[in-house]
Amino acid sequence: MFALHFPPLGHIVDWPGFAGTEGAWYEVNKVVLVYLFALILTCLIFVLGNKKQLVPTGAQNLAEISVEFIDQQLIEPTVGHNERKWLPPFMLSLFFFIFFTNIFEVVPVIQMPANARIALPMFLALFSYVIYHGSGFKEHGPIGYLKHAVVPPGVPKAMLPLVMVIEFVSKFLVQPFSHTVRLFANLLAGHILLVTFAVLSAGLWTTEWYAVFLPLPAFAVVFFTAFEIMVSFLQAYVFTLLFGVYFGAAVSHEH
Amino acid sequence: MEITNTGLAAICYGLGAIGPGIGIGYLVGQSVQAMARQPEAAGMVRTTMFLGIAFVEALALIGFVVFFLGQG
Repeated sequence: MFALHFPPLGHIVDWPGFAGTEGAWYEVNKVVLVYLFALILTCLIFVLGNKKQLVPTGAQNLAEISVEFIDQQLIEPTVGHNERKWLPPFMLSLFFFIFFTNIFEVVPVIQMPANARIALPMFLALFSYVIYHGSGFKEHGPIGYLKHAVVPPGVPKAMLPLVMVIEFVSKFLVQPFSHTVRLFANLLAGHILLVTFAVLSAGLWTTEWYAVFLPLPAFAVVFFTAFEIMVSFLQAYVFTLLFGVYFGAAVSHEH
Repeated sequence: MEITNTGLAAICYGLGAIGPGIGIGYLVGQSVQAMARQPEAAGMVRTTMFLGIAFVEALALIGFVVFFLGQG
């Protein structure tokens, strides 16, 4: 009776290219544009935040707050005391890049979270995977790191074979997968949620009597837009936090 | 009534969401209690809570992805 035309899932996240050759790897569509915007914005944080005034203003303020946030909320609880100079800037750019690619979900006209396509989350997760396992191998040596990774301290001898298999599968196979899916599925779910209520609102925009229900989905769109702003921040935070946890586990020396 | 893949996938996703739902509810409830009892430890508890939520939520999200895969 509502004559709803819910688009198939492919249409929600698929965008036609408008530059480059059709189907080629360098074809530019909306998602690629979002990558570029996010990259530029992330670089801007570094460029604008590089001023060294005594009393910070504008972008420097934001940069200082975010560096403090990364240091105290992300590195301190996961890696602990950190002496690697590259880690805070890496996590800062990871956080802001993911945040900006997510936040384009609610930016009018664009309204496409780049992370709702699995390519970017997968790339970022594999990139992190190489970095934290690489750092672990560098810290402990090849054999030492494998032992460090798959043999948890204080496990009874009889349980060891089983625990080693579980730890190996979870650390080397499941970890990058769940790291990817967590970001990807959250953003895809959010995007579908917004599309659903937008389609409902459009379906109720009629002169029939049931148009009186229009405020409900219209309000839901507004509410979930606010919710998705929170989700984009939270998912960027969680992705970076998990990188910190995996990194901390790889380079720790407790046992 | 005909049983379709879409319907089965929807039911399976519903079943898959029960566990993580209970898990997150319990986790956040306990964290709030911890924060209320010891406000000075709130920062640490919050970080750990988000970490726990991320791990629990992964199961629900895998269910969500399987829902789309199962539709076909």
